[in-house]
Amino acid sequence: MNDPTAPIVIKRHRLATRVWHWVTVVTMFIMIGSGIGILKAHPRLYWGRYGANFDTAWTTLDQWPSWLVSLLNLLTIPTSYNLALSRRWHLLFALVLAFALLGFMIVSLVNKHFQRDLRVRAAELSPREVVHDVREHLAFRFHDPKKPGAYNILQKLSYVVTIFVLIPLMILTGLTMSPGMDAAWPWLLEVFGGRQSARSIHFIAATGLVLFIIAHLALVILAGTWNEVRSMITGRWKVPPHTSEDVA
Amino acid sequence: MSSLITRRSLVMGATVGAGALLAGCDKIAANPGARKILFMGEDMNRGLQRALTNRNALAPEFSPAQMSPIFRSNGTSNPGTAEYTAMVANNFADYRLKVGGLVDRPLSVSLPQLRQMPSRAQITRHDCVEGWSAIGKWQGPKLGALLTAAGLQKSARYIVFTCADLFGGANYYESVDLVDAFHPQTILAWALNDQVLDVAHGAPVRLRVERQLGYKHAKYVMAIDAVASLAGIGKGKGGYWEDNVDYDWYAGI
Repeated sequence: MNDPTAPIVIKRHRLATRVWHWVTVVTMFIMIGSGIGILKAHPRLYWGRYGANFDTAWTTLDQWPSWLVSLLNLLTIPTSYNLALSRRWHLLFALVLAFALLGFMIVSLVNKHFQRDLRVRAAELSPREVVHDVREHLAFRFHDPKKPGAYNILQKLSYVVTIFVLIPLMILTGLTMSPGMDAAWPWLLEVFGGRQSARSIHFIAATGLVLFIIAHLALVILAGTWNEVRSMITGRWKVPPHTSEDVA
Repeated sequence: MSSLITRRSLVMGATVGAGALLAGCDKIAANPGARKILFMGEDMNRGLQRALTNRNALAPEFSPAQMSPIFRSNGTSNPGTAEYTAMVANNFADYRLKVGGLVDRPLSVSLPQLRQMPSRAQITRHDCVEGWSAIGKWQGPKLGALLTAAGLQKSARYIVFTCADLFGGANYYESVDLVDAFHPQTILAWALNDQVLDVAHGAPVRLRVERQLGYKHAKYVMAIDAVASLAGIGKGKGGYWEDNVDYDWYAGI
């Protein structure tokens, strides 16, 4: 028990966080794959209320690098082009994404996960603190030795942006593309500047989510894959030895 | 060293895993039981929309300045059958819109009669299932007025539209429920952008059902039938695309 060399294991993630995390992993995978399938039906993006072949698109698939198009083809659900099935996958799992997020948000407010772990304090946003944290990341040191279980500021910001900005933006711009919802909630069109703008924002926010996923996976690997993955499965997280040595 | 191998194998593993998952998604969609669950999304979305929102809410309408410079056509650009070509040549003088099925007074309405009915003009957005949108001005009588004139029977639950254009040898068809059939913006349009409806956009008459996607807006409407069930019509799913490529019957999303 008092062996100073024994690793310190803390309980890092609550059950609600872990369940939501993995539900969202599966959902994101399906949403991205089926979303690419839907995009391919009309791979042109516009700004404004309308947009079709005779209108000016701000980006089209044929302007994208071939490696990106190949990657998109590789990730498409279903694997061969089928707009109807892509939509079936997308619109069913859209419900899972939205209601899982809603449930996670309610539970995390009640169990104070948001207030305790994700609240960004003004002092953390001072340029000195942020620069310090960037340096720490570049040195592959991800944990404050004094508070190893706490999120650092870059981590907090990326989670806050993902949970409170990007995913809600995906849901709302997705709803704006529904002609039925536009009739019921016309304010959606006002907020996003029209259905085609909402469609563009939908794909920009999706790109943001993909970048988050790439950074998130890279940092999990750099921070110690098994320890990080286990902490999201069982909740138990081993404090990295170098931080505990620093404490000593 | 060992952590490098772990990283490499992890990335490899993730790639192989993603591929397997994607193939898994295809397998799931091919399994009848899983397919049923996948296709439940349509009823869930329709149920949620109908339960949480005002089912009489009007689709947004726009000002003339907000209209698309060019309203592209899609699907059939000309039915091209001998019958239809003869109707076009005759300027639709022999065209009769048949209203039948579960109605007390079946109707046969000529184009001049249809144009004389009180009409609604609306500048609305047309959303294709593929993702594009076009804004145009449509004009025509309300479908609800026509159904009321025909005396809809109590047992009627769906309205089926049979069209002049052929898909795979059969007439294109679509259907809506009574919520959309009696919605004030659901019209039988005979004009687009203040011009008589042209062949590419569905002459002489096309359905506008403004809270749903483009494929529901049947063009070249020849017959309107009130039915109690969609079973026995086509392959029973309520429309050509629904029958043949699994599109949602409820296209409000």
